[in-house]
Amino acid sequence: MSVDMRTFLAHVELANPITTAAGCASSGRELAQFFDLHRLGALTTRSITMAPRAGRPTPRMAETPSGMLNAVGLQGPGIDAFLERELPWLAQRGIKTIVSIGGGTVAEYSELARRLADAPGVTALEVNLSCPNMEDRGRVFAREGSAAAEVIASVRSIMRYDVPVVAKLAPDVADIVSVARACVDAGADALSMINNPLGMAIDTEALRPSLAAVTGGLSGPAILPLAVRCVWQVHAALPGVPLIGIGGVMSGRDAFQLVLAGACAVGVGTALFHDPYACLRIERELEDLLRARGFQRLADAVGLAHRPPGSAPRHLLVDTEESTP
Amino acid sequence: MQVTGTVLTTRRVDAYHALTVVAPGIAERYRPGHFVSVAVGGAHTSMVTRRALSIHDVKADYGGTVELVFTTRGPGTAWLADRRARDTLDLVGPLGRPFPLPRDPVHCVLVGSEYGSAVLFPLADALLERGCRVDFVLGGSGAERVFGAMRARRMAETTTLTTEDGSLGLRGTVTDALPAVIADTRADAVYACAPMATLRAVTAVAMEFDIPVQVAVEESMACGIGVCMTCVLPVIGDDGATRMVRACAEGPVFRGERVRFEDVGTIPFDALGAPGGGARHVS
Repeated sequence: MSVDMRTFLAHVELANPITTAAGCASSGRELAQFFDLHRLGALTTRSITMAPRAGRPTPRMAETPSGMLNAVGLQGPGIDAFLERELPWLAQRGIKTIVSIGGGTVAEYSELARRLADAPGVTALEVNLSCPNMEDRGRVFAREGSAAAEVIASVRSIMRYDVPVVAKLAPDVADIVSVARACVDAGADALSMINNPLGMAIDTEALRPSLAAVTGGLSGPAILPLAVRCVWQVHAALPGVPLIGIGGVMSGRDAFQLVLAGACAVGVGTALFHDPYACLRIERELEDLLRARGFQRLADAVGLAHRPPGSAPRHLLVDTEESTP
Repeated sequence: MQVTGTVLTTRRVDAYHALTVVAPGIAERYRPGHFVSVAVGGAHTSMVTRRALSIHDVKADYGGTVELVFTTRGPGTAWLADRRARDTLDLVGPLGRPFPLPRDPVHCVLVGSEYGSAVLFPLADALLERGCRVDFVLGGSGAERVFGAMRARRMAETTTLTTEDGSLGLRGTVTDALPAVIADTRADAVYACAPMATLRAVTAVAMEFDIPVQVAVEESMACGIGVCMTCVLPVIGDDGATRMVRACAEGPVFRGERVRFEDVGTIPFDALGAPGGGARHVS
């Protein structure tokens, strides 16, 4: 018996809950050499910026225990080239595409939303809020509810009503629930979490920081518990909001943890660097885990770990409920 | 493509390690200059990035084998060096853009330093097949770090060896010996694989002689398949604009004169999308 893996991101249906994490699938073509991208729930693009960006100097990457640091600096072709070459390639193939955008000001995010509002092939828009705010001494938007809400409100007002706006949150905040609530109040249809927490490594041979940019985003299995905690807290506070759980997912069991914590979709990032087929493998493993536990639908498992102690899982109660008069 | 390969043999080559792995799909598609990436540390490893390795040899036996050459630099390559026959390895490949080959039977000088020389041997085979003349210039810091001197002597017209400590061949670096070799062999093209500083010097020599030079760069990579964007270097495109391109996807082989060696490790101010460069269109 197969498990119904369909999931909803606001009103948009995805065939399965596994997406690529922003910035980990490049333009999509790289992964298409390995597998059919239609088998993803959705492909999330790298964060698109207005102007082309060359990114940060190298070294941009350092391996750390159970993870890696990266400081790529949103290298990308800019919105013009994205709309000309990358999005049409995905749209023509009918690949569900979550477009991630990044900007330095509210106006830049708004302009990106304006450019994308009429572009065919945008399944959802993910707003990368971990970009430095030029108007706030370079502090990232995601660190404060009001700054994040301002961006989300502006983007939401510009995007078409049928394209969900997803706010991507960072874990480097005192209270992720308050930022999440501010984004939802500003109109975010869904939330994705977590972006990379900042980390740093020092090269003990060269006696200087391993990354040219000094600090970088930490990703990989090291941050899975952090992602589970954030998803748990936000789902507990805002149970009706669809969440994309992202952070260090390497296996179906990792994805299952995020689902049980409250995520209805799961982003796979660093695992793709290790194994280009990671998304397919994780989807299969997640389905097997659900089946082995008697689930008929993925939706029944979302947030299930929040049930009060002592109560049986909902999906196993169905029979008894139906038999009561 | 991804292949679970079985280690056939392991051996030490001078100061380096070589693993022969049965990997039919990769051996079949291989062209000189391609590389593979390999997962290290086993199933439950804490090492999440793959290691990019050069291919030294490809053979058709056992359905197709590849020989990988590397040096131990950290826990990942140390794990690889501990592999024994019949262990399995998770390989992805062949990756990257291979060496372009000349259409005519021309004279080629192949320059390699340390274990970068490994990739030049399959290239030499392909060049010889096309009737090219092949001459090697191989170097290293000491005699045990010059890779493949014996094999080079067997296949090339001439082989020039250099070591920095003078323990083998000429004392100096490959670029010290290169001008004389180019002049003597009346070379039409240079191919090189070495650390970045050596490639820079090799390119300068080739440009002095006004002959084309193809270089294979060694950049550190996390994925090897073009998604992680960590292995970039500044390269001038056909339109004259400098872009930060990926060594794994657009490379590892580049035309030497197109690589801005002096700017590797930085974002040149005139690169496409460099900070402060060009217009930031914010409405």
